[in-house]
Amino acid sequence: MTAHSADDRKAQQEYRLLVREKRPPKPVIRNAVRAFWVGGLVCDLGQWIQGLYMRWGGFDREAAANPTVATLILLAVLLTGFGVYDRLAQWAGAGLAVPVTGFANAMSSSAIEARSEGLVLGVGGTMFKMAGPVIVFGVVAAFFVALVRTLLVRLSG
Amino acid sequence: MIYLWAFVVGGLICLIGQLLMDVGRLTPAHAMTVLVVAGAVLDGFNLYDPLIRLAGAGATVPITSFGHALTHGALMEAQTHGLIGVITGIFEVTSAGISSAIVFSFLAALLFKPKG
Repeated sequence: MTAHSADDRKAQQEYRLLVREKRPPKPVIRNAVRAFWVGGLVCDLGQWIQGLYMRWGGFDREAAANPTVATLILLAVLLTGFGVYDRLAQWAGAGLAVPVTGFANAMSSSAIEARSEGLVLGVGGTMFKMAGPVIVFGVVAAFFVALVRTLLVRLSG
Repeated sequence: MIYLWAFVVGGLICLIGQLLMDVGRLTPAHAMTVLVVAGAVLDGFNLYDPLIRLAGAGATVPITSFGHALTHGALMEAQTHGLIGVITGIFEVTSAGISSAIVFSFLAALLFKPKG
């Protein structure tokens, strides 16, 4: 370790401290509270819709989850189309990004914005631009988890 | 009672997502990816189904359930069809979510004009 690089490192550290000091503090608590109650409400809406499918649609509890998710997605896509979802999501943060409605919002807003670039390259090619990482990493993770577990079950008997 | 648990559990998962972004300084895409992978891994240890039994939509509506459903489909198919089921089963349970998101988003792109 030369004296020169030690000086450099010290300067870098001072710079980092300065940046941290000058950066406006993130309203961590406020954001967390918003994410909690908005996200909780979205899930309760899902619970209510699921109840409707169970009562009127003849679905059992497990099977009702699928049409519930599809219904929430339809609602989110409509709200995205009318320009409402993105405005609400800016306020609610993860409360509207983490539920499946956020996934639908990411896909539909990409699709709507790319319409002018054509149906194939625009809508078709851009739809998964934001939602793609979730699918790719979800599938790869599921593959390895399921593979390891299946192999372990085989080996153990 | 199920509404209370759905609210609390669903809210907490969203809160974790918010903390990943604010405290963990992840981009939204990175935070969502972490949550999906977490759901996939939890299902590998049989830990996500108890959460669904407790919280209903509080566990099936957040994006973590997407990871859970991917693993779940793969494990189910692997049980009946052997190792190849890991590949053939991955999208078995998540079809409703992905298909409806694709179809509705496509139709929305035809119907709506971009905002702002």
